[in-house]
Amino acid sequence: MKPMRSLALSAAVALAVAGGAQAQDLTKVGFVYVGPIGDFGWTYEHNEGRLAIEAEFGDAVATSFVESVSEGPDAERVISHLAATGHDLIFTTSFGFMNPTVKVARRFPNVKFEHATGYRRAPNVSTYSARFYEGRHVIGLIAGKMTQSNVIGYIASFPIPEVVRGINAAFLAARSINPDVQFKIVWVSTWFDPGKEADAARALIDQGADILMQHTDSPAAMRIAEAEGILAFGQASDMAEFGPNAQLTSIIDNWSPYYIERTRAVMDGTWTSEDTWDGIADGMVVIAPYSDKIPGDVKELAETARLAIAAGELHPFTGPINKQDGSLWLAEGEIATDEALVGLNFYVEGIDGVLPE
Amino acid sequence: MDLTIAILQGLIIAATPLVFAAIGELVAERAGVLNLGVEGMMVIGAIAGFAVTFETGSLLLGVGSAVLCGMGLAAIFGLLTQVLRSSQVPTGLALTIFGLGLAALWGQGYAGHSIAGLQPLHIPVLSELPVVGPVLFSHDPLVYVSVALVLATAVFLRWTRGGLVLRAVGENHDAAHAIGFPVVAVRFAALLFGGACAGLGGAYLSVVQTPFWAENMTAGRGWIALAIVVFASWKPSRALLGAYLFGGVTYLQLHAQGLGVPIDAQYLAMLPYLTTIVVLVLISRDTAKRSLRAPACLGKPFFAST
Amino acid sequence: MIRLEARPNPSRAMVYGSPVIALALTLLAGLGLFGFMGRDPLEAMAIIFIEPLTTVFSVSELLVKATPLILIGLGLSVGFRAGIYNIGAEGQYAVGALAGGCVALAFYNVQGIWLLPLAAVAGITGGMAWAAIPAFLRTRFGANEILVSLMLTYVAVLWLSALVHGPLRDPDGFNFPESRLFHDSATLPILIEGTRTHIGFAVALGLVMLVWLMLGRHIAGFKVQVFGLAPRAARFAGFSERRMIWFCLLFSGAFAGLAGMFEATGPVGQLVPSLAVGYGFTGIIVAFLGRLSPVGVVLAGLVMALTYVGGEAAQIRLSLPSAVTGVFQGLLLFFLLGVDVLVTYRVVRIRRG
Repeated sequence: MKPMRSLALSAAVALAVAGGAQAQDLTKVGFVYVGPIGDFGWTYEHNEGRLAIEAEFGDAVATSFVESVSEGPDAERVISHLAATGHDLIFTTSFGFMNPTVKVARRFPNVKFEHATGYRRAPNVSTYSARFYEGRHVIGLIAGKMTQSNVIGYIASFPIPEVVRGINAAFLAARSINPDVQFKIVWVSTWFDPGKEADAARALIDQGADILMQHTDSPAAMRIAEAEGILAFGQASDMAEFGPNAQLTSIIDNWSPYYIERTRAVMDGTWTSEDTWDGIADGMVVIAPYSDKIPGDVKELAETARLAIAAGELHPFTGPINKQDGSLWLAEGEIATDEALVGLNFYVEGIDGVLPE
Repeated sequence: MDLTIAILQGLIIAATPLVFAAIGELVAERAGVLNLGVEGMMVIGAIAGFAVTFETGSLLLGVGSAVLCGMGLAAIFGLLTQVLRSSQVPTGLALTIFGLGLAALWGQGYAGHSIAGLQPLHIPVLSELPVVGPVLFSHDPLVYVSVALVLATAVFLRWTRGGLVLRAVGENHDAAHAIGFPVVAVRFAALLFGGACAGLGGAYLSVVQTPFWAENMTAGRGWIALAIVVFASWKPSRALLGAYLFGGVTYLQLHAQGLGVPIDAQYLAMLPYLTTIVVLVLISRDTAKRSLRAPACLGKPFFAST
Repeated sequence: MIRLEARPNPSRAMVYGSPVIALALTLLAGLGLFGFMGRDPLEAMAIIFIEPLTTVFSVSELLVKATPLILIGLGLSVGFRAGIYNIGAEGQYAVGALAGGCVALAFYNVQGIWLLPLAAVAGITGGMAWAAIPAFLRTRFGANEILVSLMLTYVAVLWLSALVHGPLRDPDGFNFPESRLFHDSATLPILIEGTRTHIGFAVALGLVMLVWLMLGRHIAGFKVQVFGLAPRAARFAGFSERRMIWFCLLFSGAFAGLAGMFEATGPVGQLVPSLAVGYGFTGIIVAFLGRLSPVGVVLAGLVMALTYVGGEAAQIRLSLPSAVTGVFQGLLLFFLLGVDVLVTYRVVRIRRG
């Protein structure tokens, strides 16, 4: 065993030296993607962030990526591969990469890691996520005003807190201005299956929904909304190309400012481990241009809310809010803490249906 | 009532890719070839259908290309297993890997674009009928094609000489060879038919059901088609039923959720596979139902001794 | 005209020569593919095939990736020799991982050196139990084991996912679908420090030796061979087909289950929904590529692992899309599977006369 160990050590040293030499003139940034960059949803937007780094820093950076990495046994290898090939900063862009990222970070203390949507940090591991629920509040207002049938269809992926937060935020906003509005929620148990998402959209429309919201990654629901002549909100990317008449607006994941800022921090040597949860104020959550279909007063309502959220004057989860079973969650004027939101696993009062276990 | 009609309509759309893929694989298996590459052939059909439609603006050309590309992949499988005598199981798996990769490569420039998609064809008079009209006669042309294809296959297998030869090859290739039937040629043709159908099924996803292109958009439907063939005990009409049942279970559970019925999607998703196993056991145990059994030479290699 | 003619005896030269021909063809095809992608083909090939062999990191990762492939391929190859086609190793792998993982989670607060062996036994038992279903249905009702084992794969993968989304979820994990991380004493020891190469690889090699001995020296191995080559003769000789089916399915199930338990307690260290990433299916390819021989399976497992690790390197270094890896892998497999015909057949030219 001993010769092997010393070989491994000397290789590690050699790599470290090589990495150090390179770091002086070139900053290498690596990305690990859970899907293909052509998914036009989650991974597509992270890749846009990578391209923004290249556009910002030009020859001073080199970026690379590995796409379609499953959140299983392969993830740790891919992350280590990037770390071992001289990358200074590595973004791992899906929740399932959390533990592999932390493990690799332990072995490569000089490399900086950024993990999206997780909760484990280390001296060289930051976490970051977006307050998508702020965007959901804005589209909830629009939906509540614009629905004729008072039925909003919601295509959901998995019952994790991020998705549940989105449903609650959109519902509370819609109910606040339209006491008759109802949400029909369909769980498709996948982030990405265009055929199934399209089926879910059809099912919801058949059940009377005239506006669709989605928390899955493909533009399938938008296409169906367009074909059936109803309205929908895009997810992750501006999906106007897929629903020129259907799309009211889109909640865009805009990772570019954060990615550029963190890359700059590595270049300046000012990078520290942080927990970032940015929203509309910091430009991480962007509302796409409003459709002309939205009447002026509704547009104004949405825009006022967006600006108030950006200014920190409005929080989508402000009491009084009851849980689905009628028990009190937030008292009058009480604002939900980030801790409560991070682990949110119940519907608020008024939503029909049972949250799957 | 309106909801029931809508559910049946949506169910047919959800099931049609499965109908295509299953009927193609069924014919290949009746000829004695187990092609596990259905998923790969479907996904290549999906990108071919989308890309060619997008470039030329012609849905007909798009669907035609999907058929050709599905056949192209099937031809690779045929060459390897029938001429070069490789094992069918690993070759089919390799075909799936290759097809998914090739489709993704071809589709690099097509993510984020959309096409108009195929419009429903309302059959005059018939589509005016209450209930039956909207459920059965107001679909896009490919739905009718899928049903016609199933009927034609059933007739072909049951009542034509070609069908007889194909079944003979699948049941006992040595005897078929001794009589003078061209075993390899028949199997090759059956495989090409399977590829064409899988390509059509993929194209249905990308030019009708969604319609757009995304990597891996077949999401395992080729594997479900394999299960349907078994569920159908290698009978075309039952494959149609099986596809509507399999597609229907997934579609109905979406509706059930919308209606507020709590459903555990993951356990429900196991149901079709467990049902298939039960069906397989039922048709295998009873010797009186010999006609329902798997083709005797399914998956077995054929070596002509001359 | 060119046609194939059966050789009187398998060609010894081609046993070794055909993989070389396949590799040469793959290189040619690779030149075309990467040239078409506008990349330097030679550089791309070097990155995929050679560079992973030159650093300790990538060699160790190669061994990690190859371990489950070798284990599954090894178990399957025995059954394939006897003509028993278990293609549900993926499901047996998932159940093995689940069983092993459950042991690790059940004794979450307990330490002890007995924990890993217990988890291994659970994993093996889980894999065998899952493989026992097609064995039972085949021997009792005559249901085709290829199809039953395939259907059960979907069921197992969905089951794993359902449990990890539900009861096995980490109680402190904010409802995210993954189990707790296993304790150190429920995690496989590392063979080479600073890498992820774990004890599982050594176990796999040991098992390769055992299977090799069994096939060559033991009566069970002899029976397996006879069944595959001459099933009727085997029946005349009084070998029980029922026993053979049970043996082959349980044997391959045990190996797949162990592979699953190794992945869960080794490189991953917890239960996650996407634990089953196709090892069971790739294992089938590995078994056939290795020509159903234990040593061949090791080589085939390493070659398959190389295409994954090398393919990632190509993505990182050349920004090639992952799709290229799939196409390239497919081509390599086509050539390897196709040229094997030369072992038992030769190409002859026929003059028209």
